[in-house]
Amino acid sequence: MSEKEDEGLIVLGCPEAPVQVSLAIHLAHGLRKAGKTPVITGNPSARALVAMADPEGRYVGEMIDLDRCIEAMAAKERDFAASFVLVHVESGVSFAGTISAISGGKVIVVVFGKDAESLSALIDFPCEKVTVRTAHKAGPLKAAIAEVTGWGA
Amino acid sequence: MGCVEALKYEVLLRNCSFREYRDYIRKNYREFYDVMPGYRIFDLALIGVPPIPIGVDGDSVIFPYTKPCHGTFVLKVEGKDEVLRLRSQKK
Repeated sequence: MSEKEDEGLIVLGCPEAPVQVSLAIHLAHGLRKAGKTPVITGNPSARALVAMADPEGRYVGEMIDLDRCIEAMAAKERDFAASFVLVHVESGVSFAGTISAISGGKVIVVVFGKDAESLSALIDFPCEKVTVRTAHKAGPLKAAIAEVTGWGA
Repeated sequence: MGCVEALKYEVLLRNCSFREYRDYIRKNYREFYDVMPGYRIFDLALIGVPPIPIGVDGDSVIFPYTKPCHGTFVLKVEGKDEVLRLRSQKK
């Protein structure tokens, strides 16, 4: 298996949440500062929005297709030292559960949006959770992520 | 990598939660097998919170299919080989 200690994964959810791009760039920045290359996965629309925000790839490293990423991890062909899974709808919990089951690295699930508490309550698999009931306030999100990562708000 | 659109499927449930499809498959199919996320069926890696039940009805398999924006669907697809593979891996 290729588990690179110097890579961190960011799993994007449905791109409808405006804050998701900011979250992804923030996490990518944090991973870089922690010495890890951020790898982003998500559906094509979600990846395109992140690429639009970071056209020269100053923050984001590699971007990979979501299905291929899951398949490679499930086949133990690739793994990441840390994986952040962004969740704001129920399907995101399923993706988080999948990453938790197939990764040997640290998994941090960032649950946000108006349904954050109820979505967070569904998570009973091994992972660290960041739960913030906001869809647009950067401050609480940064603070909650900093608590788990120690990156500093 | 497989493509669900290449399969001839019947949608049994749509926009369901992982708890809803778990209950649905376990209650409606006497023969079912729990698998882990990433299990390959029709060359698709299953997404879900473990355990993920796959039901068997004759030569067909019943399984959840999840996409980030469209939620989870429960699909029924004929696949004798998949049924045999499930049975051979179990117990």
